[in-house]
Order: sequence, then C-alpha cells, then structure tokens
Amino acid sequence: MYRKKGVFTGEGVIPYAGEGSTVTVEGAVCTQVGCAYTGDEAVAYAAKQCDVDVVAAYPITPQTIIVERFSDYVANGEVDTKFMHVESEHSAMSACVGASLAGARVFTSTASQGLALMHEVMYLASGLRTPIVMGVVNRALSAPINIHGDHSDMMGSRDCGWIQLFAENAQEAYDLTIQAFKIAEDQTVQLPVTVNLDGFTVSHATESMKSLADEDVVRFLPPRKPVFKVDPSTPMSVGGMALPEYYYEVKRQQEEALRLSKPVVKRVSKEYGDLTGRRYGFMETYGLEDAQAAIISLGSTCGTVRSVAKRLRAKGKKVGAIKLWMYRPFPTEELVSAIKGLKALAVMDKAISFGAPYGALCSDISASLQNTGIKVKILNMIYGLGGRDIPPSTIERAYKDVLQTAKTGKVKERVKFLDVRE
Amino acid sequence: MSRKESLGERMKLSWREMPIAGIMFEPGSSVEYKTGDWRIEKKPLIDQDKCIRCMICWLVCPDVAIERVPKPYKNYQESLKEDYYHCKGCGICAAECPVDAIEMVEESRVVP
Repeated sequence: MYRKKGVFTGEGVIPYAGEGSTVTVEGAVCTQVGCAYTGDEAVAYAAKQCDVDVVAAYPITPQTIIVERFSDYVANGEVDTKFMHVESEHSAMSACVGASLAGARVFTSTASQGLALMHEVMYLASGLRTPIVMGVVNRALSAPINIHGDHSDMMGSRDCGWIQLFAENAQEAYDLTIQAFKIAEDQTVQLPVTVNLDGFTVSHATESMKSLADEDVVRFLPPRKPVFKVDPSTPMSVGGMALPEYYYEVKRQQEEALRLSKPVVKRVSKEYGDLTGRRYGFMETYGLEDAQAAIISLGSTCGTVRSVAKRLRAKGKKVGAIKLWMYRPFPTEELVSAIKGLKALAVMDKAISFGAPYGALCSDISASLQNTGIKVKILNMIYGLGGRDIPPSTIERAYKDVLQTAKTGKVKERVKFLDVRE
Repeated sequence: MSRKESLGERMKLSWREMPIAGIMFEPGSSVEYKTGDWRIEKKPLIDQDKCIRCMICWLVCPDVAIERVPKPYKNYQESLKEDYYHCKGCGICAAECPVDAIEMVEESRVVP
C-alpha cells in the first residue's frame, strides 16, 4: 500500500514524518518526530530538509527510492529544488559539479554501476573542490550482474578524493546526510561527501527512527556560503589545464583539504550531537576497554557484530567491536589508539581488492599500524559479496577465530572468505 | 592578485600559495602563459636583411610566435621578431618563407 502521505509498508500506513508523535530524546535540545522510514526514504527526507537547490540524479536499484521520493517532493511543491532529469550518471555528476560551482547546494545519489559510471567525474568534483553530497546505496558490481549489497562500488572509487561516511541503519543515513552538507560546505573543506548505506539491508528496510523539525535543520545548516562561484560579474577560469609545473601543487593542496576535514567532521558531529543527542564522529567502539579480540566493520554489519559481541561478553569472553563511520579521510591515529590494547583484530571487508594482500579496509588498518610498534595480529575476513547473508552465526565463527589468534598469537589464514562454498 | 603576477610568474608558488583548485580568478590570462618551454629541437631565426615583410610567416604560424614590432629597419617601417615564449619549433614559417629568410637553428644558439 502506498499513499501520498505515508510510507510503503505492505500492510497499514505508518505515520509519515511530520505526522508522527513528537518524542524527546535524552540529552537532546530539540524535539524530534518519531517516524518509520526505509534507509532510502530517510536520505531523501534529509535532503529535502536540507533545502537543496539542485538535484541531478539517475535512478538505479537499490537507490531508486531516493530519487523517486525526491521527485515526489518536487512535484508536490514541497521543496524549492531544480530537479535535473539526466540521461546517465556521468551526466548527473557533471551537472552536480556545474551547479555546485555556481554556488548551489547540491545533492545526488547512485549505486553500483552508476557510481562506476560517475567515477571519472568524481575526480573532477573533488579536484574542483565542489561540495556535493551523494547518497551511495552500496551494491555489488557486475559481472555477474547482481543488485544486492556489498561495498565493491564504493571501494572501487575510494581514491576519488571524497569524504566517505558509512551508515549502519536508516537513522544514521538520515543523520549523516544532514551532517554531510555541513562538512562539505565548510569554508576550509569544500569537498564532496558520500553517505554510504547498504543496499536493501538498509535502503529497503523500514525502521523506526527520529527526524528533526525543519526549522532545527535550517538552524543547524544555514544556506550555503560559497568560497567562490562562477558568475558573469566575476569572470574566472575553472578547470584549466595544469601541466607538470602546476598539477602536483593543486593535488597536494587537495590532499591537505581532505586531511583538514577531520577536525571539521569532529566539530560538526559534536554540534549535531548537542542538538539531537545522537553522537557521531570517526568511529564507535564497543567493549574495547578490556577486549583482547575485536571485529571492525563498515555499515549495516556493525549492528550484527555488536549484538554478537554483547552476547559473547555476557558469557565472559573479552571481545569488542568497532564501527567506522568515516572511511575517508581515514582516522589513522584515532584508530591505532583505539586498537592498541588488543591482541587480535578481525577486519571485515565486504569487497575484494583483487590481487591485493588484503581487502581495502584491512590494507588501510595494517598500513596505519606500520612503524607504531603496536603488535596487534590482523585477520582479514571477506564476506557478504553480492548480498550473501551475514547471520549472527557467521560473526560468531569470526569471533571464535579472532579469539583463537588472541590466545595463540598465530594467524591461521591471512585472508579468510567467510561463508563461501568450498 | 595583480595581472603582473601572471601564471608564468606564479610558477614558483608552493601548494600552500596556489589558488584553490588551480582556479584563475582573472579572465584572459592565457596570453600570459608561456608555452614554449617544450619546443622541439630547433627554433626559427629571421634574417632581417632577407625578409621582405610579406607576413606569410605571421599568417601561417599555428601559434602566436611571430611578432610584428614597430622597429624601423632599413627601408621598412617595422620588423618581424620570433617569440620564443610561444614557439613550439614546428618550422612551418621557415618552410613557407618565399625568400628563405627564416632558418631553423639549434636550440642552444644564442640569438641577439
């Protein structure tokens, strides 16, 4: 059942945000609305509340709902947004770069093959320092063709110079989207941001969550103040050619901007936490005070990992869990300091980095530990490719392995492929 | 940033001093960008005595490397001058000159 002012639920209508009951969250200064949204709807609703000027997007499963819902807002006159219907993701990202250079607040969204098609223009978005927020609904890459969730798409574009945030559920997708605009448009950052949510697991699952009132979002996120904008009254050349004498310096400057976005992410998440009571940052840790073995992961898997860790800790096992909210810029020092007390760490990668020593996340963590003198045994676990289910029993086996390594100090398998048929 | 600080002069700027994203905040700055640093092998040298000021070299140059300068020479009111900041060394001017007044000389040759 789908109604104009309700969410698709299959049975009955769950109150749409704005119609739901207001709730008070402990530690929050603003009143919030209890509502039920899928991850995709939550992202579209966040973009709506952020008063976006331009959306240029092309629909692709499992991101489609974001674009559909946003076009509803435009058609109903609920937003003052120019919605550009483009013929491909390559054009979508190109239009976003142009709109952002003109000073607009810009949002787009894609997944999988769409992200791959955007790949070329994503380097332009970061190289031209255009703040754009993109919801990436993570999905496997062809071939074989597959529509379900894994991180192959984002990991393939991880070096594009974008800030990359990962959401565990609909609530986080909503919260991170609002924060993403503030981070991207910060005067010192001026870089595009992706908000990643797992295809289907998060994008299509309806969850109960809390949304802010429009006026609170506006207060948190005032209209964009561009550092520069293309305008006939102040002519300038953007995207000029830079041969060996200039290119290197421009890129070095871009890398510095990405590194300097870390304190901005910290500041914005604190501000958002003070407003809503929901605190973000680079990562969330669970049980690391006394843990000997832990699992680190990205996205929706973190929930399963945490619940298994909770159960194991109740049985007296010294285990912990880490969820990374921010993958780029990589929180190197903060992560090293979080894991330094561990004996073993299992790193969950939902994508293969073909031919590499480890999956992408594990490579980053191993590199972060280099020269620190900290001896944490690292196990890499590849899992969930093409949407392969990741039940608690699998995580339990992973914890068993990492506890064994913590005990013996020996790594049996450097890279383990969880739940693949041998 | 003044017009004097053209891209040519900006070449020594560090990454901290570069304008954001390599943007050029003034229009029309490309004329100041000296592009002849990758000229190949030889450069043209105009013999002012042989030159009849027909302007064919000025016309055929694919860049802007032949300049007209208001410097009288013998019976002529103006002279033609090589612009080595923009010349890429293609040699079309030398090949097209009807009186063989242009010679392609070694890059190392010091010209007056």
